[in-house]
Amino acid sequence: MADLNSLEAKFQEKIDNEIKIEPKDWMPEKYRQTLIRQISQHAHSEVVGMLPEGNWITRAPSLRRKVALLAKIQDEAGHGLYLYSAAETLGVERDDLIEQLHTGKAKYSSIFNYPTLTWADIGAVGWLVDGAAIMNQVMLTRTSYGPYSRAMVRICKEESFHQRQGYEILLTLSRGSEDQKRMLQDAVNRFWWPSLMMFGPSDKDSVHTAQAMKWKIKRKTNDELRQQFVDVCVDQARILGVTLPDPNLKWNEERGHYDFSEIDWDEFWNVVKGNGPCNKQRMDARIKAHEEGAWVREAAMAYAEKQAKRRKEETTQVA
Amino acid sequence: MKNNWPLWEVFIRSKQGLHHKHAGSLHAADAQMAIENARDVYTRRNEGISIWVVESDKITASKPEENPELFEPAADKIYRHPTFYDMPDEVKHM
Repeated sequence: MADLNSLEAKFQEKIDNEIKIEPKDWMPEKYRQTLIRQISQHAHSEVVGMLPEGNWITRAPSLRRKVALLAKIQDEAGHGLYLYSAAETLGVERDDLIEQLHTGKAKYSSIFNYPTLTWADIGAVGWLVDGAAIMNQVMLTRTSYGPYSRAMVRICKEESFHQRQGYEILLTLSRGSEDQKRMLQDAVNRFWWPSLMMFGPSDKDSVHTAQAMKWKIKRKTNDELRQQFVDVCVDQARILGVTLPDPNLKWNEERGHYDFSEIDWDEFWNVVKGNGPCNKQRMDARIKAHEEGAWVREAAMAYAEKQAKRRKEETTQVA
Repeated sequence: MKNNWPLWEVFIRSKQGLHHKHAGSLHAADAQMAIENARDVYTRRNEGISIWVVESDKITASKPEENPELFEPAADKIYRHPTFYDMPDEVKHM
């Protein structure tokens, strides 16, 4: 297999020289599969991510909050679409990707398996969940696969308002009544650890990291990104007047970073495996929406076909 | 049932005077729906003033393996660039 070896060497040389890989270029099968898995799971996360927030649209406390939340959720639908399209350039069909989500073969970010119990949770989702996602996505704008990188650039541009709208919600609560402050602290208590889990397993347990780094699909490891996130959150929490729920969180002069406690990995794997508080509810809602929308997709296609046929007949008559 | 909505490529003109530029792709039942969807997916923040859509399978693309024949001949034709020609410093407006 000298041929395959030389193709792979050439491929790696392009990666090393920071040349982006485009859809029709030769790529190792495993690179293609890794990207399909990662991009589609990213797309699924955007789509499922709409559900916990949709829960609060009708109960947003003001019109200003409501239009912002609606716009954010609409963005997430858009981001899902950019990402599905990027995955499709690798030769997979949209329907197959959606089926993998619905049958549980494909995962999505576990964070969306936690409930949004109060309005403060919508703020915490914007600040912490979108904050963690942005950290990952900014890194991915430099990913080696062209269509994925371009989707990420677009997503990052749009996403920064998401985090700000969340932080603004929390800031308002932090200046409110004692009850509102308690609600804020409670939301942060519940979302802090699941947000840190969003960066995935620790580097020593991550089976994909080494290869993904070599192929520059990822440019930073899970633990590097997690540390970066913790470091920026501490000051932001101080301004909100909230306590991050970790007694071991403290500045480490020597490392130049904040130390923090070990993540509860049992909880992490348990939610990944489907036993989180809302896994079933989320999938049921997705599948229901997909199935109940089937007639709309079919009717649109039938209408398009009828119109095309009519146009064809008219052209023949004129001729 | 399989969703058989075809794939469309979307091109957006961001303002008068500029080319339409590839923005991405989407699924739609027909051209009209492709434009409507493209408006929602790719122009939520004033990114465009005009949209083109074309069914993806109507596009013919060059193959990366043909790149040497297609593009390498241009590399050694440096006489196509103005810097190839010697000009004394005192010559202006050229």
